[in-house]
Amino acid sequence: MKQGLVALIVGTLFGLGLTVSGMTQPQKVISFLNVFGHGGQWDPTLAFVMIGAISVHFFAYRVKKHKTSPFFGDKYYLPDRKDIDKKLIVGAVIFGVGWGLGGYCPGPAITSLVSLKLEPFLFVTAMTMGMLIQEYVFKQK
Amino acid sequence: MEASWINALIGGGMIGLAATIHLLVSGRVAGVSSIYFGVIKPKAGDFLWRLKFVVGLILGGLLGSLFLSDPFVNVSGRSVLAVIAAGVLVGFGTKLGSGCTSGHGVCGISRMSPRSIVATLVFMLAGILAVRLISFVVGG
Repeated sequence: MKQGLVALIVGTLFGLGLTVSGMTQPQKVISFLNVFGHGGQWDPTLAFVMIGAISVHFFAYRVKKHKTSPFFGDKYYLPDRKDIDKKLIVGAVIFGVGWGLGGYCPGPAITSLVSLKLEPFLFVTAMTMGMLIQEYVFKQK
Repeated sequence: MEASWINALIGGGMIGLAATIHLLVSGRVAGVSSIYFGVIKPKAGDFLWRLKFVVGLILGGLLGSLFLSDPFVNVSGRSVLAVIAAGVLVGFGTKLGSGCTSGHGVCGISRMSPRSIVATLVFMLAGILAVRLISFVVGG
């Protein structure tokens, strides 16, 4: 099915980008977050990942304005909330702490599974647990 | 492999391109944490493409490893316990906060979503403070 093939291609390009960028190297992430330069030099290199990504992706939304529907599929599935609530802030804080602690965020961790190293497996397993805990234990209905 | 700013920029460009294709072809946001959650808690008719995306992430890593030296090197020195705790926090936090660096940072900012701009600033700050605190605790 076309939708699935596109998803596979998109995921592969995404994973390749993550690998090329340096996001799959936890020390590099931690050095990027080490803005205070404590115990080591600040390495702002990874800022260019977001700069590079947004520079390209920004234009997608300009193009989208002229397309009532995506190429495959009947509609867009975009988040439509505009409110900034406690869950967003608290969630972002918790995520950020975890990111600084482990040096991994979801995409790079999953991509790094291919290395067969221990840390990505531990992280992805734990990340799965964390998501399920939020879903089943703490989620307010 | 010492990933320079050129690596970062090119890699970032690839990520941006992937997200762009995902938006314009499939009509969706390339937010990894959300896509992944739909794999671990599947909804009928909304699973296969997510699985393929996640498999793709790993395939992309494989491709990258063919021409890059040690792109997955982890010399962060974080203990097993720290990595596990970090994973739980990232899983919980991205779920609660409705996104991560790709969903909020790349896609959200690209479409100028106030929620995503705020979320990104918050998780960046939290990460910065966490690294500072850990450095203090570990190094003194």
